[in-house]
Amino acid sequence: MFESFIQLFTDPGPASFVNFTFLPKYAPLFIEGVMNTLLLSVVAVLLAIVPALMLALMRLSKNRLIRLMSGAYIAIFRSTPLLVQLAIIYFGVFNLIRIPSIVVFGFVNLADFIPFVVALSLNSAAYVAEIFRAGILAVDSGQTEAARSLGLSQWGAMRLVVLPQAIKNILPALANEIITMVKESSVCSIYGMGELVFAAKTVSGSTMIGVGPFILIAALYFCINYPASKAIEAVERRMRRGDKR
Amino acid sequence: MATNDKLIHVVDVTKTYNHGAVVALDKCAVDIERGEVVVIIGPSGSGKSTLLRCLNLLETPTSGHILVDGVDITDSKVDINLHRRKMGMVFQHFNLFPHMTVLKNITLAPVQLKLKTQAEANEQAMKLLERIGLSDKANEYPAMLSGGQKQRIAIVRALAMEPEVMLFDEPTSALDPEMVGEVLDLMQNLAREGMTMAVVTHEMGFAREVGSRVIFMDGGAIVEENEPNAFFDHPQSARAKDFLAKVL
Repeated sequence: MFESFIQLFTDPGPASFVNFTFLPKYAPLFIEGVMNTLLLSVVAVLLAIVPALMLALMRLSKNRLIRLMSGAYIAIFRSTPLLVQLAIIYFGVFNLIRIPSIVVFGFVNLADFIPFVVALSLNSAAYVAEIFRAGILAVDSGQTEAARSLGLSQWGAMRLVVLPQAIKNILPALANEIITMVKESSVCSIYGMGELVFAAKTVSGSTMIGVGPFILIAALYFCINYPASKAIEAVERRMRRGDKR
Repeated sequence: MATNDKLIHVVDVTKTYNHGAVVALDKCAVDIERGEVVVIIGPSGSGKSTLLRCLNLLETPTSGHILVDGVDITDSKVDINLHRRKMGMVFQHFNLFPHMTVLKNITLAPVQLKLKTQAEANEQAMKLLERIGLSDKANEYPAMLSGGQKQRIAIVRALAMEPEVMLFDEPTSALDPEMVGEVLDLMQNLAREGMTMAVVTHEMGFAREVGSRVIFMDGGAIVEENEPNAFFDHPQSARAKDFLAKVL
């Protein structure tokens, strides 16, 4: 038992944890994978911000129908698998809408990229909306009342008084959403988006080295997400100190 | 008295919660004339804060009408933001904007609503701060101030809109005892200058000294309404007598 465990690290066979012999040949694929994964997740969350803010404000609306519409969107996207959403959007929506094949930044083909980003973004908007809603609700209602009593409109009070205070709660959660998206974006591999999981699957398929490529991308995911989450924690601590200003 | 002296005219305002299960206000009718200081007192839960908050529609009455300058603000076609500009409000918990300096707190609304340029608003704010002896705090954030200072700045922030009436919702209830005086002094000054005021308070001394009329509320209804000395010396209703026996 123990010997076979040791073998995982010493035996250079296809199931070895440490067989990285594919690297010299396939390194560029993984570099592209890192870039695609980062681009996909960051752009998806950034694109989600504006619709998410609208969804959050709709959710807090006095009008029941508007609340219901936003609530339905959030419920649907949070209660179904991202993989299924991706399939529907990829085959359904983008079968009808054709994106022209334009290459940006030298390695991103919009025709390949946009369907994935849109799917991730629509999904992320539901989660980010809840982040915004929680952040807004955490601001004392007296702040809105004071702003409204001075004659500011509802949107004026939101924009000038509530949102600037809510941002402190929102930013760390938003950064965490990007970390989640870095991992979740791996679903795009099934339709050929060249991100990290796709790179690992491609390499293990063509070299018959089953585990090594996945150990490598696990390490890469970790090296992206762990420092990022630590950085967010540090920023949060500093913001809390700022409160006692 | 001529009708145009009636700044606020409240007609049978009722406010219920939970589809009528809780009655916060029961057919309240009040008039507030220009230059009056109306003090609203009563036990907690009597609806006095709710009544005050209805006056600028922070609470929407379930039924009844509130006329400000002859305009029914409960009419949904009325732009309530325009009416709130002339009704300053001061809250129990100050509600200063913590992410803005004192100066920005005071100038925010006049500048955003395009009533003044930033320079004009700053000048006015500095004058107001000088008046309350806090001009050295203009660039501080609210967290650096004492409760009494915060509340005086909250009052000044409302005054910067040059309101026709000031609504005070228990302005001294959240203050340490030694800071109550400075806030009441400022309110007394305002009253002396002829500012129309509606004040919900537990400060009976202030009610008697500064008030031109006292409204006593209990159970969501206005039980008694009188000139302060008469009210405090000869309360008519049993509930007012009982209340005064406890607080005086």
